[in-house]
Amino acid sequence: MHPAYSVIFFTTASGAGYGALILLGINAMFGHLPADRWLGFAAMGVALGLVTAGLLSSTLHLGHPERAWRAVSQWRSSWLSREGVLALITFVPAGLFGIGWVFAGQTGGVWAWFGGGAAVLSVLTVYATGMIYASLKPIPRWNNRWVTPIYLAFSLATGAIWLYALLRLFGLNPYPLAIFGAVMGAAAWAAKHGYWRFIDSAPATATTGSATGLGDQKPVRLLEAPHLEENYLQREMGFQIARKHAEKLRRVALTCGVIGLVLLLIAAASSGAPGVLAAVAATVLSALGVLVERWLFFAEAKHAVTLYYGNESV
Amino acid sequence: MTSLPRASRGTKLGLVIDLDICVGCHACAVNCKEWNAGGHSAPIIDHNPYDKDPLSVWFNRVHSFEVGEGQESRTVHFPRSCLHCEEPACVTVCPTGASYKREEDGIVLVNADTCIGCKLCSWACPYGAREYDHAEGVMKKCTLCIDRIYNQNLEEVDRVPACVSTCPVNARHFGDLGDPNSEVSRLVAERGGYELMPEMDYKPVNRYLPPRARKVEQAGALSALTPEARDEGGEGSMGTGFLAWVDQMLSR
Ligand code: SF4
Ligand code: SF4
Repeated sequence: MHPAYSVIFFTTASGAGYGALILLGINAMFGHLPADRWLGFAAMGVALGLVTAGLLSSTLHLGHPERAWRAVSQWRSSWLSREGVLALITFVPAGLFGIGWVFAGQTGGVWAWFGGGAAVLSVLTVYATGMIYASLKPIPRWNNRWVTPIYLAFSLATGAIWLYALLRLFGLNPYPLAIFGAVMGAAAWAAKHGYWRFIDSAPATATTGSATGLGDQKPVRLLEAPHLEENYLQREMGFQIARKHAEKLRRVALTCGVIGLVLLLIAAASSGAPGVLAAVAATVLSALGVLVERWLFFAEAKHAVTLYYGNESV
Repeated sequence: MTSLPRASRGTKLGLVIDLDICVGCHACAVNCKEWNAGGHSAPIIDHNPYDKDPLSVWFNRVHSFEVGEGQESRTVHFPRSCLHCEEPACVTVCPTGASYKREEDGIVLVNADTCIGCKLCSWACPYGAREYDHAEGVMKKCTLCIDRIYNQNLEEVDRVPACVSTCPVNARHFGDLGDPNSEVSRLVAERGGYELMPEMDYKPVNRYLPPRARKVEQAGALSALTPEARDEGGEGSMGTGFLAWVDQMLSR
């Protein structure tokens, strides 16, 4: 699948934003959130900023962005529509929670409940994002049980890391948050590793033989494509990355991710400027790792239509 | 509404394509383009048609495959278009309701006035039946020539999809696959018509008729016709005597 930058940015940025919202909401519910207005302004700014930037970028690849409002109508059948609806509804409790924190200077009481509501809706939104991909049968590398949990794990991990770095900039060191980020991040990367092994060894779902129905124990190969130049199908769905490049990029993603987590733990253990610096570096490296991971998620996914264009199995 | 019609009326309009006789002439694809560039989905624009990187939308494309190995192998021409599936995820994934499946005849269509061009439906189609029109920013696809098959202004014999009307060898058939007694259903039963990629569970309506089995004697007859080629005269030689002399002259 063609790795479109708008969609990669959307899923990684809004993922981190929702992860941060989830953690802020849960901490408010448990009364662990300092009622500092400026902190509230910065934290909600980062969380909602990431979410909003992501959502806006996702409308960039639409043919008719001005009709985007229509996309909330088909929540009964479409995960994309569900995601849109959930994303919009999340803004309501999240906005109220932010108002309480920034303008009323409060994170307890009813404001905490708004935070809790925003957390629940954020989980559902990220789940819906994962399901958009996981529900597509023509792309077996997405249509499996790994995809949605990995989306959620990366969302929580990157959200925690962003938040932790921000709190460090405010002179706080909530090290349990760093440890949560490190554990979640480790789980996410371990799951990603499992996913890679899974897609490398999964048996073919469909073949050129089944796509043409001519396979019946005979080899079928493309002799002549219908056209000489690439068409929309090949540009959008025929993108394929060479095996050895993919392997290199997997290592790059994993290395960035793991170094990010190590830096996070170093930050938690150190005070002052070095600690802050380590926390910021952890955020940058984790973001890089997840960006490469997401790029690969698209680039390595094979679509069944490629079976009609020379690919032997998906 | 992108939820599928709950109670279909049993009519399943679709195509039956005979892979035994398709000669791969692309006439169906060309006539499809010709008709649809002025029909229901008009215009279907070509980008840079005479320049570098041309890009254009077609609803029907003809691939050619080689099936089997060596002497047993044969070329099979394979037209590919929307199969108007009974369980089309291309419809259910659509967030806007622009994609829909008609209750009355099962035809799958896109409403170009409400499509936002998110392209998700093209990801959801395993068969590559949906192509994005960059000029209009909406998704386009085969309409089963909805503007021909019900068109009272056409002679009755012309009320078939453009691809069917134009096929010079009659490899394409149109009809109601929901009616077991229709001509197309009988053809499918007789010839063992099959659906593509049943493992995807989309339940396509269109059927393909397999190439008929070849007679073994025919394969034998082929080699019997070319004894000269197998004489000892060496690689690429045409034999001895006169033929060898011709071969030599031609090889200079
Ligand atoms: S062939 Fe593709 S576009 Fe046509 S109905 Fe089936 S899934 Fe939808
Ligand atoms: S591209 Fe148009 S028809 Fe296809 S899913 Fe998106 S809105 Fe629906």
